[in-house]
Amino acid sequence: MIPGSFAYHRPTSVKEAVAMLGDLGEDARAIAGGHSLIPMMKLRLATPAHLIDLGGLADLKGVREDGGDIVIGAMTTQHEVIGSELLAAKVPILREAALLIADPQVRYLGTLGGNVANGDPGNDMPAVMMCLGAQYQIAGKSGERRVAARDFYQGAYFTSLEPGEIVTAIRIKAPPAGHGWGYEKLKRKIGDYATAAAAVVLTVIGGKVASCSIGLTNVAETPLWAEEAAKILTGSSLDAATVKKAVAAAEAITHPATDARGPAAYRTKMAGVMVARALARAQARSQARAQ
Amino acid sequence: MAKTHVSMTVNGKPVEQLVEPRTLLIHFLREQLNLTGPHIGCETTHCGACTVDFNGKSVKSCNVFAVQANGAEIRTIEGMANADGTLHALQEGFREMHGLQCGFCTPGMITRAYRLLQENPRPSEDEIRHGISGNLCRCTGYQNIVKAIQYAADKLNQTPNDRPLQEAAE
Repeated sequence: MIPGSFAYHRPTSVKEAVAMLGDLGEDARAIAGGHSLIPMMKLRLATPAHLIDLGGLADLKGVREDGGDIVIGAMTTQHEVIGSELLAAKVPILREAALLIADPQVRYLGTLGGNVANGDPGNDMPAVMMCLGAQYQIAGKSGERRVAARDFYQGAYFTSLEPGEIVTAIRIKAPPAGHGWGYEKLKRKIGDYATAAAAVVLTVIGGKVASCSIGLTNVAETPLWAEEAAKILTGSSLDAATVKKAVAAAEAITHPATDARGPAAYRTKMAGVMVARALARAQARSQARAQ
Repeated sequence: MAKTHVSMTVNGKPVEQLVEPRTLLIHFLREQLNLTGPHIGCETTHCGACTVDFNGKSVKSCNVFAVQANGAEIRTIEGMANADGTLHALQEGFREMHGLQCGFCTPGMITRAYRLLQENPRPSEDEIRHGISGNLCRCTGYQNIVKAIQYAADKLNQTPNDRPLQEAAE
């Protein structure tokens, strides 16, 4: 399996990269880790005439703190996410989710930016970013802008990115110290996309849920933010009856495809199971604070 | 399509070649450099038979273009033996523990395990299994592959200071 012919470009600055993407138009594709795009090119499902490799853009690498925000360069690999002590301390759900993506070799090259910008509903990080309320920093020929992860996904492989734009960084407001978190992913084998997966971040004060956010992976054309389910849980003690109601609310917003991972009804049920498990795990990890 | 000049270090030796941008690293290694140790198994980034060490990372060379390896440092199974020609501890481990049956996955398994032990010199069995989860063995010989990696880890860790106490006392 050999991809079609293309011209290879390796810009050294974001400015140069977006200028190239702008000038070359629809014939050009940006390549990050390449672990979604190269397989598509081998199958000739993608046939770009120009490949613009973002691998030379040092500005898009690394994790740093900016005020209360954590800023992760788009070309930071999943392997680097897993190894980051800063992320493990401040946003530990990222390591948990990254460890469930593909396999070690893929994680050495696959990037966080590629994962969130690709628009494949099977990618794991988009639902995590919706759960965290992350913002994507985007650069294009006409300048920079920010888009909330919760507003970014519009359909399968269809996002708010305009032609010629790239995601340069992911900006996350670190959840409060002592928060609980969980990413639960059901998959058939290592390397598989989720049959269903759920991301949960919550805080508990005085035995009650003070804040809660839930994201769902691969159970619709886009990742989902389960706003209603989280609202039901807020103020509760995560008692069984309330959790059951929230799980039903999360299941209600799914519309998965029937595919090799199972019939739609099964995948919806599994989304509910993942939510319940992620909630339990997040609750166990949260350091309950007194009022 | 015009060819591009690339230079890199492969198994410690400098290499300069012309490649088409669409040439995958696995094809470059096998067909232009005649390094046929890295195998083509699935060509879909699943099986890991084409794994090579690439700038200190384990990489499936069927999913990287040779042009992206410009300036890279690459090690394949051909570069694994010790400088004096003796087998690397991992190669010895696979021989001693019967870590291969048909042998097709072995070059990928060994190059992957090499990086795993660089990052985690004393992995638990569970860490080894997760560490090689991107490499498939169609013979399903995983038990002995894990034992082979444990053998290599033990051998590489066997310095005079951390031999069992009894032995040190003798």
